Amino acid sequence: MTIDWASFTPWLALAGGALIGLSATVLWLGMGRVAGISGIAGSLFSFQAADGDRSWRLLFLLGIVGGAVLVHLLTGGLFEVRSGYPMGLLIGGALLVGIGTRMGSGCTSGHGVCGIARLSMRGLLATLTFMATAFVTVYLIRHVIGLGGLA
Amino acid sequence: MKNLIALAAGLLFGAGLYVAMMADPNKVLAFLDLAGAWDPSLALVMVGAIGVSAIGFAVSKRMQASISGQAFGWPKLTRPDLKLLGGAALFGIGWGMTGYCPGPGFAALAINPAEALPYLLAMIAGMVIWDRLLARKP
Repeated sequence: MTIDWASFTPWLALAGGALIGLSATVLWLGMGRVAGISGIAGSLFSFQAADGDRSWRLLFLLGIVGGAVLVHLLTGGLFEVRSGYPMGLLIGGALLVGIGTRMGSGCTSGHGVCGIARLSMRGLLATLTFMATAFVTVYLIRHVIGLGGLA
Repeated sequence: MKNLIALAAGLLFGAGLYVAMMADPNKVLAFLDLAGAWDPSLALVMVGAIGVSAIGFAVSKRMQASISGQAFGWPKLTRPDLKLLGGAALFGIGWGMTGYCPGPGFAALAINPAEALPYLLAMIAGMVIWDRLLARKP
């Protein structure tokens, strides 16, 4: 393993992570809801919200879109926008993300952040599982199938 | 008040994802590519996010209800099962294929719509397929 120190951004990573943690805290202490993006999006778009309340879910997701683009404009852009990525890989992967997060009741935010933060065994095991399959998938795509040229 | 809290939390979440550069799938894939030039940044995103939200969850154990009066929605399932692990495994494959998990998909919508829009539409289709078709089967 070689570590790419030139690309390592520890302070931005910690600061961004802290903001995500603050968001999860605001949603939990403010209204008792777990900041799990796949759960919020899934129950919104499948019309299956347990409490039947779609408005706060929509506003939360619109807030994510707006918060990100706001910082993008304020900073003048922290990274190059990716282009030319194979559309089949993007669409096929997105379908698996949708099915998998609903089947497994969560994603990086619900299991990885909130689940581990509240010491949930389900959250920890789910996180270890999706990290493992993500590592293997990227290894296969870049180093076995040989789409390594993909940024 | 609920809607205002949700909007504020969403803005913070989106800002955090952007500052952490998780809205950049190249950055995410550089973390997931252990055999390449590995960028460990995302591990620190998790440290920051878990560290801060752990305080919130700990504080809530001493509260009767949330600030808006709504009861805390503690997740009902507590035991791991095959559905949890199978779903997480599929999700990880999709994450590795795209470089986007659901949050960054939304965060990238206005920044890189050429990728984020088809990603989100396919992700939502997958969610509806599970919720409406697969989960219903006996």
